[in-house]
Amino acid sequence: MRSKLNLVAPYAVIVLLIGVWWAAVRISRSPIFPGPWDVVIGTISLAREGILFHHIAASVMRVAVGFTLAASLAIPLGVAMGSSPAIHRAINPVIQMLRPISPIAWIPLAILWFGVGNTSPIFLITLSSFFPMVVGTIAGVHSVERQYVRAAQNFGITGLKLLRQVVIPAAMAQIVTGMRIALGVAWLVVVAAEMVAINSGLGYLIIDARNAGNRYDLVVAGMVFIGAIGFGLDLLMRRLERLDEVRWRYVR
Amino acid sequence: MSGDVDIDVQDVWKSFTLQGGGQLPVFEGISLTVARHEFIALVGPSGCGKSSLLNIMAGFERADRGSLTVGGRAVDAPSPKGILITQKGSVFPWISVRRNCTFVLDGMSEDDKIARARHYLELVGLMEFGRAFPYELSGGMLQRLELARALVVRPDVLYMDEPFGALDALTRLRMRQELLRIRREEPQTTVLVTHDVDEAIALADRIFVLSERPMRIKRVVPIDIAHPRSMADPRAVAIKDSILHELGALED
Repeated sequence: MRSKLNLVAPYAVIVLLIGVWWAAVRISRSPIFPGPWDVVIGTISLAREGILFHHIAASVMRVAVGFTLAASLAIPLGVAMGSSPAIHRAINPVIQMLRPISPIAWIPLAILWFGVGNTSPIFLITLSSFFPMVVGTIAGVHSVERQYVRAAQNFGITGLKLLRQVVIPAAMAQIVTGMRIALGVAWLVVVAAEMVAINSGLGYLIIDARNAGNRYDLVVAGMVFIGAIGFGLDLLMRRLERLDEVRWRYVR
Repeated sequence: MSGDVDIDVQDVWKSFTLQGGGQLPVFEGISLTVARHEFIALVGPSGCGKSSLLNIMAGFERADRGSLTVGGRAVDAPSPKGILITQKGSVFPWISVRRNCTFVLDGMSEDDKIARARHYLELVGLMEFGRAFPYELSGGMLQRLELARALVVRPDVLYMDEPFGALDALTRLRMRQELLRIRREEPQTTVLVTHDVDEAIALADRIFVLSERPMRIKRVVPIDIAHPRSMADPRAVAIKDSILHELGALED
């Protein structure tokens, strides 16, 4: 009985919120704010024209490229900083100073450096997802239990094999946590970046729908898709928690 | 004892530097020898420095002065020639039981590694658990895996620091029997650090009774009782009484 309730509850909350939304629009008689049904119709028309898919693909592609680039820089750097106090001392102050700068603040510089093509948003995504992954990887390497490193030493495992097969697996759970946070941030940033100086992506869809005739039904449709895809991306990242290198941290 | 000396510790000194800058002498001039395939136990009060001595023998710590050779060679770093097992356990939790055993082998074909791993997993009674992960094993099974992984590299010496300290009383007794059985099949030079006098009497050929810090060897007790040894054996009882007296744990 209880488990059935648990299963139904999340849907009930969504239905309730949509109901409140519908009622609010009805009662206020807003001339431009759309009700739920307007959003559904707007979405269908966008999907029919293929525009929706085009914008989704543009955003996802930018995040994929930017995030991959960031991961391939941040994880090796995090391992190096986590395992060498000298490297950590040298680089950490710069990272801690750059980290609190909102990626949005970089938009003018990005446009100056990279113009109004795809490079600017990809740069911003790389930048913003870089920091959570560096920090997660450093913390992961710092938390590697000493007995594993000592055992590896005892068996003569050194150098790259030690890093790849002992240090990184032992740090993997926190590396994956950093990756999850980073992908979430990347998805936040792509929408913001696309609102400026670019003409595709879900961010552009929203700003364009507003500018080109107050189509708030399409604004809200864009927002719903941003939420749904962000949720999907996080579910995808959570699959990494099934890796052998991660699972052992969470059992027992 | 055979005249074949495996471990030769001569006049080894060790002190720790305290936070304030002073020196805390741990031991000053320890000498002992261990014959090939002999099993010795170091028994003493906690904090007396016996683990330090073991860590120096295994190459994890450096002596301040004195000479230490194992198999005729000076020890200056940990190596697969002498494997250290502690109660903390250091099998790698992100790889399977069998992979833990093959992973530490080097310079062999994959088939040979697997054959060697099978042999030692069988020896410790974990044959059916090759595919399991360490977190699926009980505490006693984990220590048996620890032992199998140590033996798989065919070390000259096993160093054991309270190896069964984290196990329940019944499992500890079983592990003693297991260790003796394994030694019958494949004898190893072994140095055991323990504060469990029963465990030392049950396992060792000679017991080194150690003093408080600064640690010195108070007495060397040979145990000439055939295996399996009963703790009710009058000779065992007499030895235990005299050692406990020596350690100040029994009144006269």
